[in-house]
Formats: sequence, C-alpha cells, structure tokens
Amino acid sequence: MTSALDITQSVKPPRAVFINFPLGHQTGPPDQPELQRQIVVDAMRAFESISSPGSIVELPYVWDANDRSWEDLDYTRGWMPERPAREVADALEAERQAKFRRG
Amino acid sequence: MPVAYIPRTRDLYSDFTPYRWVENQSTPFAPLTKPVAECRIALISSGGIMYRDQPRFHREDASYRRIPTRARPDELSVWHFGYPTRDAKRDANCVFPLQRMRELEAAGVIGELVDPAFSFMGGIYSARKVRDELAPQILDELKRAHADAFFLVPA
Repeated sequence: MTSALDITQSVKPPRAVFINFPLGHQTGPPDQPELQRQIVVDAMRAFESISSPGSIVELPYVWDANDRSWEDLDYTRGWMPERPAREVADALEAERQAKFRRG
Repeated sequence: MPVAYIPRTRDLYSDFTPYRWVENQSTPFAPLTKPVAECRIALISSGGIMYRDQPRFHREDASYRRIPTRARPDELSVWHFGYPTRDAKRDANCVFPLQRMRELEAAGVIGELVDPAFSFMGGIYSARKVRDELAPQILDELKRAHADAFFLVPA
C-alpha cells in the first residue's frame, strides 16, 4: 500500500497499490469501515491482477472532492502537530502501561 | 495529483544531512502460486502500532511488535514521530487494517490471516538497519508462519 508514489517508484517493491490520501490514512479515513474494507479488498485483488514486477495499481478513491488543499500542506513545515514535552509524553506512556497492567 | 514527497522531505528536514533514498534498480518478484482466497496473508504496518502494554517506540527504533490478530481496537495504541497520529489513534485501521483483514478472512476473500500481525515505527533513518536487521527478523517470522504473502501498510 502506498500514498507516496515517488518514494515507491524509487524503492520498486514487487507490487504496490497507490491511493492519493494524506499520510496516515493509507487504508482509509477513521471510522469508515466500508471504505477501508473496499481499499483493502482492492489491495488483495492486486496480488492476483499484478503480473509484472514493480507494477503500481492506482485506486480511484478521492480524499475530499471539494477540497484538495491537503495536497499542498501534507508533509510541509507546520503540518505536524506540536509534540508534547518529554515529561508529558513520559506521563502519558506511564498511564498507558498502567491501564493495561491493571487488566 | 500525487504529492511529491521526496522534495518535500528534503525541504522539511533541510536542517539535516540530506536523506539518501533507497533507489533500487530492480524488483524481486514471486508470482502467487494459488488464489488469494487460499493464501495465508500477513499484515505488517510501519505505522507504529503497539498492543496493550508492549513498550512504546522511540526515535531510531528498529524493533517491531507482534500484534495478536484477536486484539480489540481498545487494546491498540500508536506512536510515531513522522506523521500526525490523531486519526490512527482514533481508529488504527487507517494504517493497520486488522479488523478489515479479519473481515476478509471471515468472508473468504483471503484464505487466512497470519497470527500475529506485525508493526514497527517506520521513521527509521538508517536504511541499512531496516534492510540488515529489521526486515530479516520479520521475514524469518513470516517463513516460520508459512505465510504466502504479506500486506505492508506504511503510514
């Protein structure tokens, strides 16, 4: 699966399925199981349909037909949310560990 | 239009030594010997997924986590420094479609989903570490699990 066509063309994996979605959503937007499922089904079909090494199948899905501004912003400066301070991140991690240790 | 991520990476990380992209000259290829509906398929995500109290990933981390395929959504968490993880934290299926793969297994679209699934944190600067350390370990796991193919989802 890929959303970064140029990187995939450079790496040349045996088979690839390209979807033009923002990074972090290669198998779909959150809480949209039907669309996610269709994307994954398409990817599984590509195992059979791709017969020449390095082929990249392009999926037809559009992230937002009315707003393509994400294409200008994805992976540019200011696009990543601020990372929490180290102490905050450590506290969050301790909380996560504790939650699962409690069962 | 597909986004040109190689120039954007150069720009985003312009304060660092320019990243040397992996540029392979050829493509290995093993044709499937049977229909996908009869294949054992493994799910691998570089989105930084962790199961329950598995240790969190960190920068330059080339380790991987085994995720039981029976894992419930609330047993998964996400850590990655290189993409906004908000949506994946809400629904890991954005980059780790475990529930979807289980549905496809139940529906007979794939033969079997290999248990466990695997995840690592794909923001690893060293391509050598990935090629010589991380990939061989996962490959070994896949061979032992008799996987016919794997589905790699980046983030």
